[in-house]
Amino acid sequence: MSTAVADLHDAPAESRVNYLNASYGIRSWLLTTDHKRICLLYLAVITFNFFIGGTAAVLMRLNLIEPTGALVEPSTYNKLFSIHGIIMVFFFLVPSIPATLGNFLIPLMIGARDVAFPKLNLLSWYVFVVGSLFALVAVLSGGVDTGWTFYTPYSSTYSHGNVIAAALGVFIAGFSSILTGLNFIVTIHKMRAPGMTWFRLPLFIWAMYATSLIFVLGTPVIAITMFLLGLERIFHVGVFDPALGGDPLLFQHLFWFYSHPAVYIMILPGMGVVSELITAFSRKRIFGYSFVAFSSLAIAVISFIVWGHHMFVTGQSIYAGLVFSALSFLVAIPSAIKVFNWTATLYKGSISYEAPMLYALGFIGLFTMGGLTGLFLASLATDVHLNGTYFIVAHFHYIMVGGAVMAYLGGIHFWWPKISGRLYPDLWARFAALVVFVGFNLTFFPQFVLGYLGMPRRYAVYPSEFQVLNVMSSAGASILGVGYIIPLIYLIWSMRYGPPAGPNPWGAKGLEWITPSPPPTENFEEIPTVTEGAYNYPSSKAEHHG
Amino acid sequence: MAELAAHAHPAGMAHQFEDIEQQRDAGRLGMWIFLATEILFFGGMFTSYTIYRELHLAAFETGSRLLEVQFGATNTAVLICSSLTMALAIRAAQTGRKKGTIIFWLILTMILGATFLGLKFRFEWYHDYVENIVPGLGFKNRAEWGPLAPQVQMFMCFYFFMTGLHALHMVVGIGMLTVLLIMTARNRFSAEYYAPLEISGLYWHFVDIVWIFLFPLLYLIGGRYAMGGH
Repeated sequence: MSTAVADLHDAPAESRVNYLNASYGIRSWLLTTDHKRICLLYLAVITFNFFIGGTAAVLMRLNLIEPTGALVEPSTYNKLFSIHGIIMVFFFLVPSIPATLGNFLIPLMIGARDVAFPKLNLLSWYVFVVGSLFALVAVLSGGVDTGWTFYTPYSSTYSHGNVIAAALGVFIAGFSSILTGLNFIVTIHKMRAPGMTWFRLPLFIWAMYATSLIFVLGTPVIAITMFLLGLERIFHVGVFDPALGGDPLLFQHLFWFYSHPAVYIMILPGMGVVSELITAFSRKRIFGYSFVAFSSLAIAVISFIVWGHHMFVTGQSIYAGLVFSALSFLVAIPSAIKVFNWTATLYKGSISYEAPMLYALGFIGLFTMGGLTGLFLASLATDVHLNGTYFIVAHFHYIMVGGAVMAYLGGIHFWWPKISGRLYPDLWARFAALVVFVGFNLTFFPQFVLGYLGMPRRYAVYPSEFQVLNVMSSAGASILGVGYIIPLIYLIWSMRYGPPAGPNPWGAKGLEWITPSPPPTENFEEIPTVTEGAYNYPSSKAEHHG
Repeated sequence: MAELAAHAHPAGMAHQFEDIEQQRDAGRLGMWIFLATEILFFGGMFTSYTIYRELHLAAFETGSRLLEVQFGATNTAVLICSSLTMALAIRAAQTGRKKGTIIFWLILTMILGATFLGLKFRFEWYHDYVENIVPGLGFKNRAEWGPLAPQVQMFMCFYFFMTGLHALHMVVGIGMLTVLLIMTARNRFSAEYYAPLEISGLYWHFVDIVWIFLFPLLYLIGGRYAMGGH
């Protein structure tokens, strides 16, 4: 990498106008319609949310060091895991890659000057901020103890705490997702540069397109569900209240109709990022482009018909359970296509191990484990044993943290030189990637074992025979926490002190790398004309002819 | 709405577009996608309503008979007329008529929309309030409902949630028409450029169609005038 950097040293970023120095002052940021600045606005807010959700997790893990609960009352513990889940899912993971990297990269990658509706884009950010504030108010005004799923009647008849604020926060943030998804779909359809055909699009774009479909088709359903829940709380009339003939299971159906697809909102963008990283750092065309592209759409479509696998033990009909189980297995097919194709892309590639690549490789391994353990839970019989245990907690953290967060960090590291125009210290970055990987596995692998042995989730206390594994998990969490703080420090440091990155520090393909770093406000001096497919690396040409 | 304003510059397009055609296509596709989200948004309520209706058929039919069909039917007619006048406003712009013609049809559409809301709030809802059948605001069980009373209340919840959400969309629609009216008065539209009118028209028709589903679902099936002699 260092040689590549030396070759490509551009003029210093300060000497030319770019989106960062085009205007100054707080107004120029808060009223910006530039998709690149909006990316940074989102980055600030979701990083803040991430550390709030993370703090709740740290407190939980500290409490679980001792079987009797080392730190907090059980009722406080209930609030901690609820806050952790609500903040991390709705206010960090769902917007994480789409709102930051998606916002920054979609126009750059397709050769456009901005998204189709820049003002709507800024509005989405404000809506998201208002939603986040509601969640923050819920945290500060006594919290909620419903779990992140808001199941009735925990959230209605028997709720403690500020469910209305939290539900309103989710409702409002949902509209941010809807508007972002709408904007991205229109942008990808209508704003592509000349020659940028659908099958020349980077796979990140395909992934964002699939994600946006889920945004616009799934999010309205969670919005209406939270709306109904809010009305139930405010007017004390219930559509989910059994006393009026309402059915709490209906809440779960509506909730999971969004929230299962939402899992793919979290992982699909990560898959898109990894497709970019794997090709860039093995200097090869992706293996089976159209399979990887269509598997994103397949995941989005299948995601809408598997929600019942969250409800195997809720009293749902056994036949519905059978069908949902079979459908859930289908998700494994497009997911496996991706994993095999990434692996095949690595084969005979000229692989280098810069920090983003370390995250990408970590993603492939951890996502595979998370995905395979998902099959245990999609099987009716094993699910009866594992449901409600730490096995599930471990499974979805392998997908959401081992998968989505690793990809997010990988993406941030890969495109940071483009976003900031600066290089970060590569050695520190590689070190942090390893710390995250080690910390993550030490935190969550023991939880698979704990769950298999029968430790239930969501309890502040546990039988003492589980202590060793719990202490391992808590130790891992502290390592993981360090792994997240190191990048925060050196990335902020690099904004001021990092050496200039030049337009293409990785020697990667794609339109975003032909424009200077940081890009000018209008992205390109003139709109490029595209003449080749994605990932057209020199070695893949040789391979083609040879 | 912010986007409509952005697209309003007759000569200058928004900077991110290459030509006016691209801008119009983007706006149109954006509105269609938005309407898709709206279908899912209302869909959650329609689904819940359908499931509960199936579970508590007798109570929901009792509840349905509490509604005033004549108001619902009048409002249906009013809304269908408003769709026509909206379409005529767009047609007037498309064929390059004078701005007075466009303004005439827009104002008529707004009047019809306001009539709908007036009937809904002043007569229907107020009537329901006096009758004590508004859940959360002095709902009183009636002796003749017997054990069905809680589910009748559930029906009324759905009635108010669904028609309330629809009425909220009407209010937003009238707001959009107000903006269009101002834009028309300022000569923003021509036979070449009338995209905001067209896009808002899509929204207006969608809100009408939602009512076309709400009316039979809430007022007619199993209600006062249903076949089978209830």
